[in-house]
Amino acid sequence: MMKSAYFQSVSSSRGYWLISAIAGVITLAGLIGAEHMESAGHWVTGMSNQVVWGVPHVFAIFLIVAASGALNTASIASVFARDDYKPLARLSALLAIALLSGGLAVLVLDLGRPDRLIVAMTHYNFKSIFAWNIFLYIGFMFIVGIYLWMMFEPRMNRFTARVGTAAFIWRLVLTTGTGSIFGFLVAREAFDSAVMAPLFIVMSLSFGTALTLLIGMLIFWINGATMDPALAQKLRRLLGFFVIGVAYLVAVDHLTKLYVTGHHQLEQFILVDGGIYTLLFWGVQILLGTMVPAILLLLPRFCQRGYLIAAALLVVVGALTQVYVLIIGGQVFPLELFPGYSVTSTFYDGVIADYTPSLAELALGMGGMGLAVLVTLIGIRILPFVPVQMTGENQD
Amino acid sequence: MTALAATQRARLNASASRPESIVMDMKNSSPASPRRTFFTQASAGVALLALAPGVRLVDLALARAQDEPASAAQRWGLLVDVDRCVSGCDACVSACNTEHGLGDSERPQTDAQWIRKVDLVDNNTGRQLSLPLMCQHCEEPPCVDVCPTGASFRRADGIVLVDKHTCIGCRYCMMACPYKARSFIHEDLTGQKTHAPRGKGVVESCTLCVHRVDRDESPACVEACTDAGREALVFGDINDRNDPLATQLAETTTRELRADLKLNTAVRYRGL
Repeated sequence: MMKSAYFQSVSSSRGYWLISAIAGVITLAGLIGAEHMESAGHWVTGMSNQVVWGVPHVFAIFLIVAASGALNTASIASVFARDDYKPLARLSALLAIALLSGGLAVLVLDLGRPDRLIVAMTHYNFKSIFAWNIFLYIGFMFIVGIYLWMMFEPRMNRFTARVGTAAFIWRLVLTTGTGSIFGFLVAREAFDSAVMAPLFIVMSLSFGTALTLLIGMLIFWINGATMDPALAQKLRRLLGFFVIGVAYLVAVDHLTKLYVTGHHQLEQFILVDGGIYTLLFWGVQILLGTMVPAILLLLPRFCQRGYLIAAALLVVVGALTQVYVLIIGGQVFPLELFPGYSVTSTFYDGVIADYTPSLAELALGMGGMGLAVLVTLIGIRILPFVPVQMTGENQD
Repeated sequence: MTALAATQRARLNASASRPESIVMDMKNSSPASPRRTFFTQASAGVALLALAPGVRLVDLALARAQDEPASAAQRWGLLVDVDRCVSGCDACVSACNTEHGLGDSERPQTDAQWIRKVDLVDNNTGRQLSLPLMCQHCEEPPCVDVCPTGASFRRADGIVLVDKHTCIGCRYCMMACPYKARSFIHEDLTGQKTHAPRGKGVVESCTLCVHRVDRDESPACVEACTDAGREALVFGDINDRNDPLATQLAETTTRELRADLKLNTAVRYRGL
């Protein structure tokens, strides 16, 4: 069992204030972008009646999925009793809350009427998976909060494993819910798939671990320390397997669709002649975001810290690209209402829709990332989240 | 019912008294003398004349008052006769835009369109078709299922609407609609009609001219189509077997769009 004495809050340092300032500026830019979108209306974004969810959703989904995955390290320590992961357990739980906060902030600020948040909290349609997700997100915050309390309070440490198990189950359900937001869209070929839920679960493992590594290393740098190399190597290998896992389910999703003749045009679009979407899929999601990091993470010769940081960064870039191709690519492809007919209309039926994100919506999306980092930095300043020294001797 | 519906009903009544129907009736009846037949029919006629005003009164008594809630006894719907719809004619679209105050912001990708004309070309035969497409007022609407706040709802009489006070603008209904029938309001609006409350940041779609239906009138698109001499749109109550719409649906082969989703739409297409 861990003792709080081995953890500390981060003291003021140049690095701390530098990163805080950068995160603060990005968050502020996000707020300005959101304010512009809300006061002028969504026409200032690239979104339209054809592409109704744009880049803010890409960042929001990325952050929400990563949030549940960020809890991995704590889960491995508590649920699977791997003590060597315990030094990062508190930080991993804090990251989970911070990333979810960032994602939800983007989601709310992208609403047409964010001022009606209270309506969303008081009117529920329980048949809506979206409504269920609201409960899942709030519940996740609550359970992870309790989980942190169990970890922080020595008298409560004995309950850590039990609450950790509850949080682990909750996070699996949460990501199932997030995947189902898309999987339940029966009318859209790109999303209507039972693979979405497990795909999102594996995506969360990969995205969350990559961000835990990157933000974890950043915090250690701020604190004038380095992550325990042994633990870093364990996370490196774990991330490698998660990246392969995501690639496997992406392949299953596309192979399933390729088997169904009705989906061939969609697959032709994404995989062959979809322009920017095809380029992003093969060039960024698969090559840079999957193959290169898989090699860097799984081959022993690339075990140095620099390669690990590069690989984790590439996983994040690939992850954002994957969500972009999925959400935007899935919407720009036209709905097929009249099979066997060529279709034209004033409402862009039958054509690939245009979408170019505007600066305001990019700022809002990035603002969510900034907010997540800011929440993390505030957390580590107030409470002892960071281990004093990252060695295996820190545990009981 | 509307004047248009009354005309359609009169046409149907006329067709019901065709000689073939009398022959069919006689085939099924037992042999009788001409005099007895005459007296029987004359008595039936007198009885009908005596009862008809009463039946009409019952009809009037059943008509819904303005302050009464919509009833599931009715289900409003539309039949689109694709063979009568002409490419290039957008009378229905213009009428809808005028009726609900839908404007043109010179940004067509974000402009609201409650009804649109779709031109089709059969990939195999080259046959060209044109038809209007709008909210299909599904019996099992996906937009209602996914709406987190319940702002998207289906009225008892089958009209699918958006409660503009509880819509938070999440646009999940637009993702879920198989017909791309919904529009999000991307900018500030001015000069809205009192019967069509609209505003920035919420989602909207065809209301089947619910304000007109509640006044016992046809939707604006149907009226405009008739005025344009096309008569490609028939509006009525699917549940009322005597309604021209229900009769035509019963007599001809019609199709619902994305029938594979089993949404049981209230808008049906003939000739597609």
